[in-house]
Amino acid sequence: MNKLIALTGDQAAAEAMRQIEPDVVAAYPITPQTEIAMNFSQFVADGRVKTEIIPVESEHSAMSACVGAAAAGARAMTATSANGLALMWEIVYIAASTRLPIVMPTVNRALSAPINIHCDHSDTMGARDSGWLQVYCENAQEVYESIIAAVKIAEHKDIQLPIMVCQDGFITSHAVEGLEIFDDKKVKEFIGEYKSRFSLLDIERPITVGPLDLQDYYFEHKRQQSEAMKNALTIIPGVLGEFNKEFKRNYGLFEAYRLDDAEIALVVMSSTAGTAKVVVDNLRAEGIKAGLLRPRFFRPFPKEEIAKQLFGLKAVSILDRSESFSTQGGPLFIDIRSALYELDNKPLMNNHIFGLGGRDIGIEEIESVFRDLIKAVKDNKLETKVNYLGVR
Amino acid sequence: MANLKELSRVIPERLSSGHRLCAGCGASIAARQILMGTENPVVVGCSTGCLEVATTIYPYTAWEVPFIHNAFENVAATISGVETAYRALKKQGKIKKDIKFVAFGGDGGTYDIGIQSLSGALERGHNFVYVCYDNEAYMNTGIQRSGATPYGASTTTAPAGKASFGKSQFRKDLTAIVAAHNIPYVAQASISNWNDLVTKSQKAFSVNGPAFLNVLAPCPRGWRFPSEKVVEVSKLAVETGFWPLYEIEDGKWKLSYKPKQIRPLADWLYLQGRFKHLKKEENKKAVEELQANVDKRWKELLIKCEEAGK
Ligand SMILES: Cc1ncc(C[n+]2csc(CCOP(=O)(O)OP(=O)(O)O)c2C)c(N)n1
Ligand code: SF4
Repeated sequence: MNKLIALTGDQAAAEAMRQIEPDVVAAYPITPQTEIAMNFSQFVADGRVKTEIIPVESEHSAMSACVGAAAAGARAMTATSANGLALMWEIVYIAASTRLPIVMPTVNRALSAPINIHCDHSDTMGARDSGWLQVYCENAQEVYESIIAAVKIAEHKDIQLPIMVCQDGFITSHAVEGLEIFDDKKVKEFIGEYKSRFSLLDIERPITVGPLDLQDYYFEHKRQQSEAMKNALTIIPGVLGEFNKEFKRNYGLFEAYRLDDAEIALVVMSSTAGTAKVVVDNLRAEGIKAGLLRPRFFRPFPKEEIAKQLFGLKAVSILDRSESFSTQGGPLFIDIRSALYELDNKPLMNNHIFGLGGRDIGIEEIESVFRDLIKAVKDNKLETKVNYLGVR
Repeated sequence: MANLKELSRVIPERLSSGHRLCAGCGASIAARQILMGTENPVVVGCSTGCLEVATTIYPYTAWEVPFIHNAFENVAATISGVETAYRALKKQGKIKKDIKFVAFGGDGGTYDIGIQSLSGALERGHNFVYVCYDNEAYMNTGIQRSGATPYGASTTTAPAGKASFGKSQFRKDLTAIVAAHNIPYVAQASISNWNDLVTKSQKAFSVNGPAFLNVLAPCPRGWRFPSEKVVEVSKLAVETGFWPLYEIEDGKWKLSYKPKQIRPLADWLYLQGRFKHLKKEENKKAVEELQANVDKRWKELLIKCEEAGK
């Protein structure tokens, strides 16, 4: 029986970790992630999980210890935000290149400077080329469920890549929601026991992890890593299918909201999609054919599926909660625009960068983007440009 | 204690020949001697540096035991993870064997960039041995100065020149810094005194909790001496009092070896090209300062070890 309880996004993440009961968790505090580390530490202190916790002295060491633990064949997890993720950066790459299926709940927060503890996606977007899988969640329920699914995705033998399960700092991490929690046993059954293919603790079969890899092999290893990312694109829907069947859900690589017959649409990730759905409903009530595409997985990037979803639309605006400083728009925009390049019938398109450093975005602002799209369709003209939404 | 030949019969080779370290490299001698310190299965971690780079060139490896390299500054944190995984899996009954863990870091990876990760791991009390193979500079990137480089040594980032006599700071006392963590076992050793080193390694592996060995591991290339002199150079570091051998067991300092007569530092300095410029008249003062510093440190050590006046 599923249980209904009120939890914040951080508590939801900790609850998923409790049910997963990883072998090793490295913990270091940073707002707004801290509650995950605190809640999980309490589970350990209360003897509710057998997990060994490593109270590391920094995020750099948290990720380093996870690499060591995962290479030793353990299920390893840590959690972080913003500057913590930035401090891990070097080892974030090493974890992916060493093909270690580490699961990391990541609470999105703006990167310094200036220092700011509120939500935007600059932290995880900075790690977008590290070779990690990335899933962005709309609410606490999705955070909870995605962390469980993430274990099975990361550990899949043809993927073997670490994964960040992202949620919006404060907006999701600190707001209380009613949450449906699965049976402990069912979660354990779903993820199964972890059997790594290689382990440093397999004394009879010694392995060397992290060797020097020169011009003669490095490129091939990177190519293999790239194949793993490609594999992930076809394997993830299968794993999510199993998850959906088991827990009666409907997760995919992305969510399409009232998109089937839509003429105009927004593309936006994480919690903002919730607000945007309200706007879509309002516009629909006015008879305007509005829709929404919410990518869940940003890595792997479901290029073809996204192109298929946006094909036939008249105008689309992509909303990015981070800056790339390329002057070409935010990272989501750049990827989506490139995904649509081969379409004959491209929608009119622009980009909005919004919400940096926790700047609120409301219904009116999102509606204004739609209104611009309506006008663009009428004029059959929309400049492909980068707009800043809600900045003074 | 058994002699080296006997020891090597009991304990199979763990770092095999065929690696690409230079002839006469102190690091490989240190690693092999230390790995004789336990009969248990052992997992090795290594920071980026000569020892790691020269032993693991893909698709080859010189390691006959499980080995992990992660990055330059984080071998202590990495081995923390491995050791914790071991405890977790052992508790669950998934592993039966008693496995030991050792981390090797160069002086750069330990004294400088890796000191935070080392300090954290020591404070958390993981059951592992940390070995700093101290060759007194960043050798892998081409002999740059480190926090362990002696005063007056010429390195590529603290070169001797018309206006400089080489490095102008004294080396930091890492062994004492580590001792301040109050871990069960801390020792300083040298590859020249192998019996002392292997005994210390045995002790380090046998304590419950972190142990630390600071091992002088000369680098013929960086110190500029012929490779066949590696043991002689190490030995003179000990005989001149530059590199005293001692251990700190449960907070108690003990001198492991007292030279009958401390030899002048110059005997050690002038075997090495990196101090060649100190022979010049204008640099004599630097030698005197270095000698005075070694004398002072030796006296302080005798007091700590309750050997003063004996
Ligand atoms: C973060 C980082 N900075 C710099 C380097 C470059 N680097 C690699 S090895 C090394 C020096 C290693 O020196 P040490 O630890 O003394 O070992 P040795 O090479 O002397 O054996 C440096 C600076 C690196 N790999 N990573
Ligand atoms: S440069 Fe020095 S430390 Fe590096 S392998 Fe050669 S002798 Fe050893």
